[in-house]
This record gives sequence, structure tokens and C-alpha cells, in this order.
Amino acid sequence: MTISYRNFLKLFMMVAALGILSPGTSRAELKIDITRGVVESVPLAVTDFFGEGKGEQDFGEKIAGVIAADLERSGLFAPIDKKAFIQSGKSLNILPRFGDWRLIKAQALVQGHVEMTVDGRLKVEFRLWDVYAEQQMVGLAYFSVPSNWRRVSHIIADAIYERITGEKGYFDTRIVYIAETGPKTRRVKRLAIMDQDGENHRFLTDGTILVLTPRFSPTLQEITYLSYFNDIPRVYIFNIDSGRQERLGDFPNMTFAPRFSPDGKGVIMSMSKDGNSDIYKMDLATRKLTQLTTHSSIDTAPSYSPDGDSIAFESDRSGTQQIYTTSSNGGKATRISFGPKRARYATPVWSPRGDWIAFTRIYGGNTAIGVMRTDGSGERILAQSTTRGDWVEGPTWAPNGRVLMYFRQEKANKQGLGGKTRLFTIDITGHNEREVVSPVDASDPAWSPLNP
Amino acid sequence: MRFKILSVIAVAGLVAACAAPGGGAGGAGGSYAPGSQEDLAVNVGDRVLFDFDKYELKQESRYTLQQQAAWLAANEGVNITIEGHADERGTREYNLALGERRAQAAADYLMVLGVSKGRISTVSYGKERPEDPASNETAWAKNRRAVSVVK
Repeated sequence: MTISYRNFLKLFMMVAALGILSPGTSRAELKIDITRGVVESVPLAVTDFFGEGKGEQDFGEKIAGVIAADLERSGLFAPIDKKAFIQSGKSLNILPRFGDWRLIKAQALVQGHVEMTVDGRLKVEFRLWDVYAEQQMVGLAYFSVPSNWRRVSHIIADAIYERITGEKGYFDTRIVYIAETGPKTRRVKRLAIMDQDGENHRFLTDGTILVLTPRFSPTLQEITYLSYFNDIPRVYIFNIDSGRQERLGDFPNMTFAPRFSPDGKGVIMSMSKDGNSDIYKMDLATRKLTQLTTHSSIDTAPSYSPDGDSIAFESDRSGTQQIYTTSSNGGKATRISFGPKRARYATPVWSPRGDWIAFTRIYGGNTAIGVMRTDGSGERILAQSTTRGDWVEGPTWAPNGRVLMYFRQEKANKQGLGGKTRLFTIDITGHNEREVVSPVDASDPAWSPLNP
Repeated sequence: MRFKILSVIAVAGLVAACAAPGGGAGGAGGSYAPGSQEDLAVNVGDRVLFDFDKYELKQESRYTLQQQAAWLAANEGVNITIEGHADERGTREYNLALGERRAQAAADYLMVLGVSKGRISTVSYGKERPEDPASNETAWAKNRRAVSVVK
């Protein structure tokens, strides 16, 4: 089925708060502090949402499955095997028997109800219960077209995540990335997009033209990326709704490494002139170009701070790639990366919360994904190349600033075979590294903001 | 398709590079059409190689580019694109910039040697189009290159 994303968004209709059922005695509330290092996963029971008819039951089962999988992948929750459940079915919808859930060590319980309305919409209600306090923590109802059930599930998982951690969730998001096929010497690269859990995958370009480094707009259904249309590498914008591709400006020289400004009204990128790369910003309304760095070194991979006041970028002006920050109007640049001798720092990406800058580090033949404070302090390595000599690169932030995604490329053998390239996520605590399964090899991931 | 053809030429170029510095139509290298990519690759040498993370031209690269300049002088109608490449041990954006530097370094030297600016364009492929797909020193050395391609 092909529906455009614009329509898809319109189909999503309504949300309503559910009344509190039977307030129990007041106890210390269930809460996960995700700012601490190692967090023990909270045992949680996600029951199949109840439905009267067969179709409704099917939806109820699938919705519970997506919610449980989202929460499990976060590493913060440990969904309990359904086979252990004592209470099930319709009785749950009246009131949970908390003793039954305590018996199987569930600290949180998710139950819900699915109903097809007479006008053909899907009505999904859910409640999150604190089993020990015997309290409803949140209860909401959603109305949507049935085909939208996955999105409803992700939104419910976000509501649960937010209620228990106090942080915004990131499950109702998508990933744009470069899908890779074919031999390394003539690799076919396509723009592709999928939900953060790998579902609803589709290719956006057909692979006839080399494309690289896609980045999401913070405000529109648009992607900025590098395209080799007519073998001329330039920055483009791709509209996800219409499929329209537009070159940004008409420059005689290569433009590359684009990213949107936080308000979505501008793009920051590198442009090379006579072989030298500097950083420029373009106002998308006026197409006016402003040069921000003027140095004989390579200045590239710029990324805005979320307030739009600063940019981080990489430069080899000291002799090797290092990370610098400067005002988003240009001016003096300050080096912030000071790692081990001969370590190179690249691809800085400012966290959406403003607190960290993620980077790729190349050091002693190994690569790593890490974070540092915006003044360069507090550097921590989160994910590294393995002893097999693989390569990690290109971090991108989940919109809540708690999880990073990046790609990992295996070494090719003497014949040039192998070299498998895949996406992974990791917490900024350095725990819970997970593969994001894609249908073909994948690189250059970019995480979307929460879906509108 | 173009890349497939190029890799075949590359092998030929490496074999013949030292054999036929004279260049030009009907040279020692044989029967390639004057001014063609094959003529350039086999009879002159169509590429120069670089050290890791460097874009300075080596002595042998200068020699190759001198031969290219002479060949371009002999083939007045021919324009070239210099394609700059990096090995895979660098981040994507940086390698695009590095490939551009390498292509420009070769282009600048050709212009110093009297080739007019209008006959040369440059493009960088960063680490996207390795000549040798292996992940070892031998492959990386071949992949850090600037290749002159007849337009």
C-alpha cells in the first residue's frame, strides 16, 4: 500500500486521557533514573490488548508486541514472558489483580483495549500500572485508521517511557540512512528510510546516482544530503512526501557535509574552492550564502548547537582532524578535542539537549564513537572497533539525547569481499549496544525528530 | 559502467607505466587511439599516488604529471577531469575534502606546466570508489590517488 507521509500524518486523529481507575494506597512511585550509569531493567508485563472480535484481538496482540519490543530495546525494561501471566483477558480491563502480577515480579503492568468504531477507525486504550503502589500511572485513548496501528504502538511506548523515566521517548521516530549493495569498487548507494525499529522500510532513490550523508530536517519532511547527479557532487534537499529533489544553489565547486539549522530555515555545509574546504551557511528562503570559516585547512562536518548560536566542526588546522566550536556567525574557533597524542577527532554532532557533542575518534588504527562536553571535558568512549579491525563512524542522536546510532563496517579480505556495514545503537551510558536490522548493508544513519 | 572500464585500464596502466614514458600516438605502448583514455593510461600514466592523509605530490608524481602535460600539449582537443580519492581509513566528509585536495594538487601542477585551466576539472570521490577493495596496506596505497580521466 502506498500512502504519502502527509496523508499518513493526517490519518492520526485524536488522543484522550482516560479516567483514573480505583486509586490505591500511596506508595513510593516507580521511577527509573536514566542519568545514572548502570540501570537494572525494570520487569514489566505488557499484556495483549483486549478485543471482543477476532480482528480486534489480532490488533491487540500486535500492538502489545511492538510496545514490548520498543521498551525492551531501550535496555531499561525487561518484558516478562507472556506464558508466565496469571491474569489475562477481559478481567484485566475491569481491574488488575495486583497480587497476581507481584507474584511474577512485574513492577509495571501495561494493559489495554482495542475496538473498531462504527466509522471504521481503530480505538486503542491503554493503562500503565505501578504494580507495587497499585496505582494507575497513565491512561490514554487513541483513535486512528487501522493501518496506523504501528505508529499508535510506538506512541504508547513513548508515553510509558516518559511516565517512568521522566524523559521524552524516541520510539515514534524514523531513520534515514544509506542502503549499500554491490562490490566495494562500485558500491550502489541509495537513500532509504525506516521506522526506528526497522519496520516500514522503503528506498527513496534507485541507486543509479551515488548519494551520501543524509540528514533530517528538524521541522519538515525533508532530507539534506550529498548527491553525485551528473557526476557533480553537490548538496541537495529531498522531499519525502513528493520525492522531489532540489540542488541547493548553483556553485562551481563541490558542496558537501550538509546539516539543517535547528529552526530548519538554513543549511550549514562545506564548500571547496581551489581544493580548500571551508564552512558556509545558506538561508533557505533567500539562498544567501555566508562563509563562516576562512582557513587553508580542511574545515568540514559542521553541526549546530540546538539553540542555533554555535557550531561544532572538524578541522585539520593543527595538523590532524580535531573538533572546534565557533559562533554560528563565524569568527574565532576554539579547539575542544584534546585526546591522546595522534588521536584524530571527527564528525562532531551536537546533542539535541545541548549537553554533549558526539564524535568519531580515530586512534592507533582503531575507531570509536564517544561523547564530550561542549567545552571538550568529560570525554567518554561508548563504542569501539573490535579486535577484527572493523570501523565505526558517524554518530546520530535520538531526539531525547539519550541514545546514539552509528555504523560499523567490517574489514574486507584480500579479495575485497566481506566489509559488511550495519547500524547500531548505544546508550550514552555506554551500555546496551544493539544492532538495528536493515534489509541490506547500511551506513550514514540520521535519526529523525519525533514524528509530527 | 564507467568504473568497470576504468579498473581494467588501471591494471594496464600499472603494468605499462614505466615501459612507455614517451607517450603519444603510435608510441611504444601500441595501437591505442591518440588522445584516448587508453593512450593516456598505457603510454603516459593516468594517475598519481599519495601518502596517507597527504596531498603533496611526490617526485615520481611530478614526473608523471610532466608526461601528462606533454601529452595534453600533443592532444590539443582533449580535456580531462582529475578524480581525487582517499583510502578507507578516514571519515566520509574528511575524505571527500582530502580527495578534492589531491585532485586540485595534480590540477595545479598541470597548470604550472602550462595546461590551460579550462581543460582541467576536478571531482572528489572520497573513499567511495576504491581501486582495490581489500582492507590492507597494498590496497590503501593504490586507492590514495588522483586519476586523470579523458572527458
